[in-house]
Order: sequence, then structure tokens, then C-alpha cells
Amino acid sequence: MNTPLSWIKEYVPELSCGDKEYCDAMTLSGTKVEGHERLDKNLEKIVVGRIDKIERHPDADKLIICQVNVGAETIQIVTGAPNLSEGDYVPVVLDGGKVAGGHDGGPLPENGIKIKAGKLRGVESNGMMCSIEELGSSRDMYPEAPENGVYVFKKEVEPGTDAVEALGLHDTVVEYEVTSNRVDCYSVLGIAREAAATFRKPFVPPVVEIKGSGDDVNNYISVEVKDTDLCPRYCARVCKNIKIAPSPEWMQRRLAASGIRPINNLVDITNYVMMEYGQPMHAFDLSTVAGNKIIVRRANDGDEFQTLDGQMRKLDSDVLMICDAEKEIGIAGIMGGENSKITDDVKTVLFEAATFNGANIRKSAKRIGLRTEASGIFEKGLDPRNAEDAINRACQLIELLGCGEVVDGMVDVKVPLKELKQVAFEPEKINKFLGTDISREEMLEIFERLEIAYDENTNMLTAPSFRQDIECFADIAEEVARFYGYDKIPTTLPSGEATTGKLTFKLRIEEKARDIAEYCGFSQGMCYSFESPKVFDKLLIPADSPLRQTVTISNPLGEDFSIMRTISLNGILTSLSTNYNRRNKNVRLYELGNIYIPKSIPVVDYPDERMQFTLGMYGDGDFFTMKGVIEEFFESIGMRKKPKYDPNAGKSFLHPGRQALVKYGDIVVGFLGELHPDVADNYDMDTKVYVAVLDMPEVVKLASFDRKYEGIAKYPAVSRDISMVVPKKVLVGDIEDVIDQRGGKILEDYQLFDIYEGAQIKPGFKSVAYSITFRAKDRTLEDNDVSGAMKKILNGLEALGIELRG
Amino acid sequence: MKERLEKLKAEAIRQINESEALDKLNEVRVNFLGKKGELTAVLKSMKDVAPEDRPKVGQLVNEAREEIEKVLDEAKTNMERKLREAKMAAEVIDVTLPSQKSNMGHRHPNTIALEEVERIFIGMGYEVVEGPEVEKDYYNFEALNIPADHPAKDEQDTFYVNGDILLRTQTSGVQIHEMEKGRLPIRMIAPGRVFRADEVDATHSPSFHQIEGLVVDKNITFADLKGTLAEFAKELFGEGTKVKFRPHHFPFTEPSAEMDVSCFKCGGSGCRFCKGEGWIEILGCGMVHPKVLRMCNIDPEEYSGFAFGVGLERIALLKYEIDDMRLLYENDIRFLKQF
Repeated sequence: MNTPLSWIKEYVPELSCGDKEYCDAMTLSGTKVEGHERLDKNLEKIVVGRIDKIERHPDADKLIICQVNVGAETIQIVTGAPNLSEGDYVPVVLDGGKVAGGHDGGPLPENGIKIKAGKLRGVESNGMMCSIEELGSSRDMYPEAPENGVYVFKKEVEPGTDAVEALGLHDTVVEYEVTSNRVDCYSVLGIAREAAATFRKPFVPPVVEIKGSGDDVNNYISVEVKDTDLCPRYCARVCKNIKIAPSPEWMQRRLAASGIRPINNLVDITNYVMMEYGQPMHAFDLSTVAGNKIIVRRANDGDEFQTLDGQMRKLDSDVLMICDAEKEIGIAGIMGGENSKITDDVKTVLFEAATFNGANIRKSAKRIGLRTEASGIFEKGLDPRNAEDAINRACQLIELLGCGEVVDGMVDVKVPLKELKQVAFEPEKINKFLGTDISREEMLEIFERLEIAYDENTNMLTAPSFRQDIECFADIAEEVARFYGYDKIPTTLPSGEATTGKLTFKLRIEEKARDIAEYCGFSQGMCYSFESPKVFDKLLIPADSPLRQTVTISNPLGEDFSIMRTISLNGILTSLSTNYNRRNKNVRLYELGNIYIPKSIPVVDYPDERMQFTLGMYGDGDFFTMKGVIEEFFESIGMRKKPKYDPNAGKSFLHPGRQALVKYGDIVVGFLGELHPDVADNYDMDTKVYVAVLDMPEVVKLASFDRKYEGIAKYPAVSRDISMVVPKKVLVGDIEDVIDQRGGKILEDYQLFDIYEGAQIKPGFKSVAYSITFRAKDRTLEDNDVSGAMKKILNGLEALGIELRG
Repeated sequence: MKERLEKLKAEAIRQINESEALDKLNEVRVNFLGKKGELTAVLKSMKDVAPEDRPKVGQLVNEAREEIEKVLDEAKTNMERKLREAKMAAEVIDVTLPSQKSNMGHRHPNTIALEEVERIFIGMGYEVVEGPEVEKDYYNFEALNIPADHPAKDEQDTFYVNGDILLRTQTSGVQIHEMEKGRLPIRMIAPGRVFRADEVDATHSPSFHQIEGLVVDKNITFADLKGTLAEFAKELFGEGTKVKFRPHHFPFTEPSAEMDVSCFKCGGSGCRFCKGEGWIEILGCGMVHPKVLRMCNIDPEEYSGFAFGVGLERIALLKYEIDDMRLLYENDIRFLKQF
């Protein structure tokens, strides 16, 4: 909300402080100031001048030479402005002064524009007469200013006096961020009340008095509210003999400074009261109200209605309408109808100040697709007591502006107003809650400033009606805290039982995953959780794959962000592709992030959120580099047993001959492989890409940080080398299984040291050589211990069709 | 005999001094001290010496032997030292040649900032916990005192899966999950991913991270909230960091506040990071609303608590002077390598 400070000061007349001091203090007491702008910024040495004489420029058709009385002297100014006459009073910037902007009204330069005496087409010019744009303002604020030319005062002003003062520009517009609980502060009076409490100055609201014209409102209008749940109060007053004219300058300027364009006296009054009281109002031309009756009721499903902006709007039975005896004439709280619009010929006006159900207005505005200034305020839920004050203020302004005559009386249809909220006064409890030592008297003094009444007999505090946010003890404590000063509350640390700070086991495993990935050269990426359903096609995921069953966002930012991922690869592949196409070499990335597996479609419960440890790389390294990273990780989290690798992984997005499931027993903990070249193409990468994904919930189950020292071997090891001719289809994993199963207790380790296919080996076979190490913990091994174990191993290998070489 | 020995000795020492290599020295040793060496020959000729002179001659021979050995050893040590020095002189390297690094990977700036925050709070006895990212309306809104028709629901452009299930817009729901467990006292932080329907630009992302904090115990005060967060700010941004608490509004805390820290770039004098203000807004916080406690079956007459929420990206961007949020999700290695 933007408001000129001068308007606030009208209701807190004793407020005298600098802009910065005001803004800081308001922010610290809870009315956050987002920013403030001086209207006289960069306006220097600008005085009122009277044009005494105008002559034509001898050498330029479009220029004139003016003799301008600026008080102490008369100076000569050359100008191109087309709108000047002798005797005009104008703002003049003197030699060495400054204006805020150019005459085109473009963005204002930070430091303004310096004006110096000089010559125009050979004729001396000792200053400049200013347009409203050069003064940093606009025709919205000063509608009387010419579209093109110098601003001319409408009445005589003493030459030589401060022109900025005369224009009312010595003011500051303050922008507030009002929090949603403080509906009352969406108004000048609300802010002024807070300012008065903040600076401990008296709050002087306008005194509303209406002369009236002796007639009776009931002769003009009757009101019936059918849906009182949606409209707890409806106030109506009538003004007659309306004369539409521009509103006075002071009103126009306050509206314009608040960001509202002045229109005419009637419209300006409703807007002015909305700003001042925070109560949106509506004015109907009474002659368009059939049967002199207002009915407030729900619309019918499927109704259409033309709002005063000329648009047709679709309605439904949850939309509240203002109707006359025959037809709908306005959408309650949102916008009036074209059919009851005020025109310049209006004679009698019906003012409406009502309170509507905030949630209903919010939802209606959303459904209709029409959020207005008024609906934005109504939806916060207004104080019904405020409606009466506001409508009376509007009538007062009608009289004050000579806009018409006010008919006596108000039609007021309302459900009984809620009783004012009461909260017990518990000073000790407040101090205990805040950690303060504020005296009871000081608290009561704060309540007084806030118009919170205290009854000594009942020990109850009563919140004023405009403070609908005050409901309980904590709210009262906040009022004390904010006016005592958050900054004065001490700083302590919680006492009480000590607790252990720690990461959960899962988070500790993830921390290890990051460490190991980084040791192995992988940098951490961050990817989105939602992505496009097209990702499945990019990854060649079959149409009937369960991976395509997703948690789907009903209101996504676009299709590209519409499903929660069920597989983590797309993120890392997209990032690798970005790097590849930016010519970054040897890129290794990893990510720790969730996938979201729905338990049912449609989704009715929490999906299974599974943390995935995803690795991807191109450049140096291959399948076995990736395999090494996985094993380093497993070892670091106590999974010392080697995992098994099953080549029948069935991953459509991986190279069919270069992929494997990573398994512990029957549990699949992840997979790895080389990216299928088609998929690499889909991600615009013309290189081999290796990926691995570990399913962390399974990994976490197998991990442990327990360690046990097993002693360092005291007895010597014996090793035996075997060289084999192996059928091609037998994997070294199969050979290792045999060694593991048959090596017995004395098997310590084995190492593949050669694998070869080619010339000397018969077709369909490969040569594989292992070095196998045996050791006993408690003795030196005898020859026959080792031969026995080797024999068992060799028998097992033979069963796989393996022959020993020479 | 004595003269013969003196002569032998002198000859041996002369030859030692003339030797230029270790094998030459060895030759000298063999020639004089070896089994067939000259000194041994003198010993062998003892049979020609009168028996009464033999001990004396034997002593003379031994003396000569010891002296030659001593000179030999010294010469050998000298020569070996010279050789080692010559070798080292030839082994001089250019220490300014490039290093061979093991090319470790780099942690994401978000994680670095998060780990820093976790470290601080773990030190203060907080447990790091997590909650679901796909959340129920009840935990994201209702239990946080944001009922169905509350305007705050609109303010946080929520992604919905359906009427009841949504992508969490804040980590605050983890507060509820923790309180519902019924274990008191609570000291926790809950970092995690949150989602809001903001289009991607330099300062917005539809997915970002928050760190929620919650303390519930007997006698927790607003002063405790201030003290805890002031301590946190000092740890995170430096000992000299000042904090400022401004009243604010959150539906689930009362009183509520926003905390600013004195700009850690300029120290509070005003610069482009703090937009000339000298202060930077860091987090929202407040005393847990009694309604929220009650909804979690905690008696607000007996227990009180405070909660806070920090935007992780905000901290990372400020701390590491990253000027565009999109960089965080692009994963360009040239960006990541700088952390």
C-alpha cells in the first residue's frame, strides 16, 4: 500500500520526524515499510514566477522570450512551450537549480538534471519554466497540467516563493507491506493509528458530521439480504441532486500519490473513503435500480452478467449478487454492472458499504477470473462496524465537495454484530512467555495506546472491533512485545534438559555418499523433482512400464514440470548434456534426490519417496570406473562383502551388453551401465556416457558404521596361479563365485591378472588367469591344505566347462 | 722390522689418499690387509722373529693394521658422502612444475551452506530430521493454523496433486510430524526441498530449499528464540554479526518476527548486497502458536516453543555471491568447480 506521509500526519498532527526515522520506527513496531520516495527529490531552486512579457524569438519560430518576475528580480527565459500567456504563474527553476526529469515523462535519472543559464539560438536564457513531468510528477496527479507545455498555476501565487511547496510536493510516499492478519492496516486510518501508537502521539481521526437534507432514505430504497452468511452487513445511503465535477486538488493529489487515478468527484469520494477507511464502497445510479429495492442473493448457475468494464461474466450459485427488484446489478464485492453504472447525467446516487464473507469473495473472484482492488480487500474479511463509519464519511464528503445533498437516514441490514473479543490480562504469564520483566503498568500503557480496553473488575482486556486478529493470550503478548520493542527483549539460550545433536542414520549414509563421490571426482549437481512425461520416451521406457505411473501435478507450470519423477536419470543426463554441449571435458556429476513412486493411481496417500544416489560421467573412465565408485562407497559404509552384478538388468536406456543390476543376495540395490547410444542421441551427446543409480533405502538397510579389528596375519600366505580356457559365455563373476564357495576357510583373496581372447585361444573361448591366496590365522599352511582347497575349486570350475591351460 | 712396518703403513696411506673410487679403496684393503696382503705376510714371517720379540712385533703389526683400517674407513665415509652429494646435485627438480591432483569432485554450494547450518545446530543439541516432500494439505496448511479459506493459501502458489495432496510449499509441516510423535522436548532442524509455482528466473525457482527449526520444551521464551538465532547468525556469518528482529506475521507463530543480519559484506555501512540498507533479511521465526501446539496434543499451558524457517538458497546466494539462481540447477562443471 502506498500513502503520502502528509495524509498520515493529518490524523497524527503532532507527528514530526524525518522520513527515515518514521520508516524505521514503523517497521520495528510491525508496520513494515518497503520503501519511501520523496516527491521533491532532485527539485532545487524552484520558485514561482509570473510572466510579465512575451516576445517572439528573432531567429526561431517555435521559441518565445519571456520576462519572468521571480520575486527579487525579473529574469529572461527562452522557451518552446506553446501554452503560455502574459500574467501566467509558473514554476521556474533558477540558474544552478535542479529538476527531476525530462519533459517527456520518461524514467527519472538518479541525480536529476542540473539547469544552467545559457543561450538559446543566440538569446540569453537564465532559467527554465517547468512542466509537471520535469517536476517528477504526472498528469495523473495534476490533471490540470497541459499535455504539452509548462505547468500553469490556476491562481495567483506570490512570485519568488517556493513553487514545490505551492504544488504540495514537499511530501513523501511511503510503501507499506501489510501482513494478511492486519486488515485494518489496509487503510490510511489504520496506519495512522499504528503511527500514533508507535510515536506516542494522539490519534485524531476525522470528525464525521452530516448536515443532511431532511428527507428519509426509506422513501428511496429498501434492502433485503437473502444470504446473510455471505453478507453480514449491508449499509445503504442516498444522495440527491448530484453534480458531477472534478474533485478538489487535495483529493486528486492524495489519490494519485496512492496510485489511484482521479476521475470525478463521485468516483473519487468512493476511492478516497476506501483508502481512508479500508472499506470498499459502491455507488449505483438510483434511477437504474428497479423497484427501488436492493436484494442480496446468490446467482443462479449458468447466469451471465455484464460487469461495468463491458465484459460478460459467467456466474454460479456460489457467487453473491447485488440485485434490484428485477435483475442483477452488481457482483457483490467484486464489480458493479454495466446496467447500473454511474454516468455524468446521474441525479440520485445509492451508496453501498457492506461486509461480505471474505473466503467467498476470494473464491468467486478466482472462479470468475476478476480480482479487483475491492475484492482484494473484501477477501481479507472486514470489520462490519467499519461499514457504517465509511458510508457516513462518504456522505460528509459529498456535502463538503458540494457534490450533492445527503438524504437523512441509513438503511442498515445486519446480523447481530459479534461481541468484542475479550482476553484475560496475565502480566506474569506474558513476561514468562517473552522472557522479559515488563511492569504491569507499562503493559497497560501499551494497551491504552492500542485502544485495547482494560476492565479492572473482571481483569479482562477487550480488543477494539477493528483488531479482528486479536484472539488469545499469544496475540496480547505480541502487542506487548512489539510496542515494548523486540530489540529490548533480552537474548538468552533455552535452558532445560540437554539433547543430543545428530544426523539421522540415513543422512549419515548420504553424507558418506557425497564424500566418496567427490573423492572419486564426481561433483554434486541439483536437479528438479518434477519433469516432463516426455522423459520416458527419451529414455526409451516401454509404454507399459510401471515407471510411467506417476504422481502428477494438476496445476503445473507447464508440461515440462508436470510429473514427479519415478526415475532419477533425466536430471543428471540433462546436466551432462549441458556440459557436453558447452564443450566441458571429462565431466563427472552425481546427485542425491528423491523419486516419487505412487502407491496407487489415483494418488490417495503419500507416495514412496526414495532417495536415489545417481552418478553420471563422460570422458575419462569406463564401466569399471563406475563400478569402482560403487564399491568404494559400499566399503565406506560397512558393506564389505562384494556385491553381485547381474548382466540381465533389462534397462531399456542402457547398452544391452553393458549393463548390470547391483545385487546383495536377492536384493537389487541399484544398477549401472553405459548409456544406450539412442538415448545419448536423445540428449545430444555424441560420446560414451556411464551412469549408476543406487536405491538408497535398500543401501541404508545394509549399511553399518560398526567396525571390528580382526588382527594382522602372523602366518605366511601361500598363493597359487591358475590359467584357464573358459567358454565365452561364462562370466568371471561365475568363476569368482566358485572360488568363493569352494575356497574354504583358508581362502584369503583372489585376483584376476589376465584375460585374453584371440589368436592362441580356440574360438568361443577366452583365457582367464587368477592368482589365489590362502592363509590360516593360526598356523603355517601345509602343502596338502592348499592342494585340497585348489582341488575343490578346480572341480567346480570344470563343471562350468572350464579347462586348465598347460 | 719396525721400519718395514712403518714403510708399509706409509705406502698404504699413500695409496688410500690417491684412491678416487670405492673399488680402488677395496683394492688397497685387499693388498695390505687381505689374506694374501702385505701386512698378513709380515705376520706370517713371525716365525723368523725371536720368540721373546714376538709379542712386541705382534703388537706393532696390530697397531699398523688398526691405523690403516681407520684411515681406510674415513676415506670410505668421505667418498660415500661425496658420491651421495653428487647424486643429489644431479637430482634437483623444478618445484614450481604443476602438481598432480587426484581431481576430486566438488560439493554443491547449497550443500556446503546446509552442512554449515547443520553443524551449528547439531552443536546446540538439535537433531536433523526430514519430512515428506509430497505432503497432505493438513500438514502443509491446516495444522499450521492456515484453514481451508485462509488467504495465505493463495499467497503460496501451491502445486496440487489433488484436493488433499500437494507439493509442500514450506518445511513447516515437519514441525507437525515431529510434534505428533509425542516425544518432548524437541530440538530439531528439518532441511528439505519445497515447491512453489514461480516461473524460473534469476531470483525465483519453482523448487528450492528451506531449513525449518523447532524447539518445544517447558519455559521456552521469546528471549530464547532471539538468543538462539543471534548465536546462529554469528556462527554462520562471523562473530561481529548483529541481528535485528522485526515484527511480522505467520499464521503458525505468535508473536512472529523476521530477522535481519548486519550485512556481512560491508559490515552494515551499506553496499550493493544489502541494497544500501546495511541489513539483510535472513529468516522468519516466532513462538509456536498455541493453536498449533494444541492441534498436536501439546498443552500450551505447560509447554511453549519457537520455530524458524530459513531459505537455504538465499544463504548460499548471499554467502557465495552467486547472482543467478538458475546456476544452481544447471550443474555446469565450471560453476560447481568454484566451490
